Amino acid sequence: MLTVEHLKKTYTTGGKSLEVLRDVSFTVEEGEFVTVVGPSGAGKTTLLRCMAGLLPRSGGTVTLTKTGKVIDAPPPEIACVFQDYSRSLMPWYKVGRNVGLPLVNTIKDRDERKHAVEQALQSVGLEGFADSYPWQLSGGMQQRVAIARALAYRPEFLIMDEPFASVDAQTRADLEDLILRVRQIAGVTIVLVTHDIDEAVYLADRVVVVSSRPTVVMDVIDIDLPRPRSQVTTKGLPRFGELRTQVATLITRAGAAEPSRAGSA
Amino acid sequence: MTTTSIITTATRRRWSSGFGGAILSLVLPVLIIVAWWVVSANSTSPFFPPLQAILTTFADTWLSTRVLSDIVPSLVRMIAGFAIAAVIGVVLGALLGRLRIVAYALNPLLQFGRSLPATALVPVAIVLFGIGDTPKIVLIAFVSCFPILLNTIDGVRNIDPVLEDVGRSFRLTRMQRFRWVQLHAASPQVIAGMRVALSLAFVVMVSTEMLGSTNGIGYVTLLAQQGFQIPLMWSGLILLGLLGLIINGIFILVERALLRWYTQGQED
Repeated sequence: MLTVEHLKKTYTTGGKSLEVLRDVSFTVEEGEFVTVVGPSGAGKTTLLRCMAGLLPRSGGTVTLTKTGKVIDAPPPEIACVFQDYSRSLMPWYKVGRNVGLPLVNTIKDRDERKHAVEQALQSVGLEGFADSYPWQLSGGMQQRVAIARALAYRPEFLIMDEPFASVDAQTRADLEDLILRVRQIAGVTIVLVTHDIDEAVYLADRVVVVSSRPTVVMDVIDIDLPRPRSQVTTKGLPRFGELRTQVATLITRAGAAEPSRAGSA
Repeated sequence: MTTTSIITTATRRRWSSGFGGAILSLVLPVLIIVAWWVVSANSTSPFFPPLQAILTTFADTWLSTRVLSDIVPSLVRMIAGFAIAAVIGVVLGALLGRLRIVAYALNPLLQFGRSLPATALVPVAIVLFGIGDTPKIVLIAFVSCFPILLNTIDGVRNIDPVLEDVGRSFRLTRMQRFRWVQLHAASPQVIAGMRVALSLAFVVMVSTEMLGSTNGIGYVTLLAQQGFQIPLMWSGLILLGLLGLIINGIFILVERALLRWYTQGQED
């Protein structure tokens, strides 16, 4: 449903160029949960921003397979959740207004909008918080507001950039399960970038392992773990350990191979 | 946490807010006024009259007809000048904040303009705009504009890139991004600029009334000094100080209401 073909991105500042993405190709099928994992500095955020149409590409294409539309600017089919929730929510608006802001262009009727906001907040377990301000909520709750905002937008794709990296481990586990539940109910296709191997394997249908800069896709691993996933049982399965090791090995290889693949920096 | 530290924390928060805080902040001024009264009570120096005489003159002068004939014109001129400065400063600042190249090119001019001392510009303003309200309002506006303008440029330029990403990824229009994201994000800085501009407007208001003026608080105060009506001069100074305090206080209340999200968010 989303096709990334030979994606390239090179940053040029003051004469020096930094090749971040060399050749990234993978596809995302409808309803899939794809996680992208790689070593630090692998240009994962750059990859996501190119996919979301927020960053112009240096080469290759990102296409919405169904319509054949190439993504050059943020399309209406995609909603983003960013890593730093405290900076992605607007502190001068209440939670309800934050969630409803993107809807002003898509839902003209005010009551309908209000209903959509309430529904979205309910689906992330934050009903009743529409009149609070973001700074009155905990980190995990703020990120849930960001997720609610993305869901209220009714996108086909959810693109998430290390959304659970800035919260504590317990909250992260809760949010992981939340996003799995939400996906079941809303039926969105999700691409989630993370540096956490456990998270990548736990959440995904397929894991795309990328290398460090200049980034290429090392491998795409099918995760044949049963659904619904559970923090306790799934992570206790021997198969989880095998898949985890598989991914970890690839990443270690990706990180170690960095000197020999140095780009034109 | 021991009992002692619990008590300390509670006490530390209590005295600075509410009724206790108000009492505390009044103690020193009241002491100074009492000391002034006592020390100057039997003064025979023409330049340091008894406080009693000053306060009597204050009541006779400022609390009667001069309210309309002098206080109001002064304040109206100041507010008019400040309002013009605010509108120009914010609009121009928002524009220049987005147009990097234009702002860069204009910068030397802006730095030059903001460095011009207001008092030196009073004769210039009179030559250009004649005598009356116009040169005063123009000069107040000119001088007050710069802090607002420069702060707005800075505020608009330094908006969090994550917020920009949010606005773009959800396909908000340019105008929507400006109204809902950029303006609000820049507002703490813009309002800080306005606070500086307000103090400047007040000072310039008085300066403009010292040359080629026929009414105003500054005019009356200077005239009193020139005519050796020293208690009147002192009363004018006291009035200016009080007005400055009140105006600043009102501004702080407005700022607090507008920027509640900012101060609250910064608290933790």
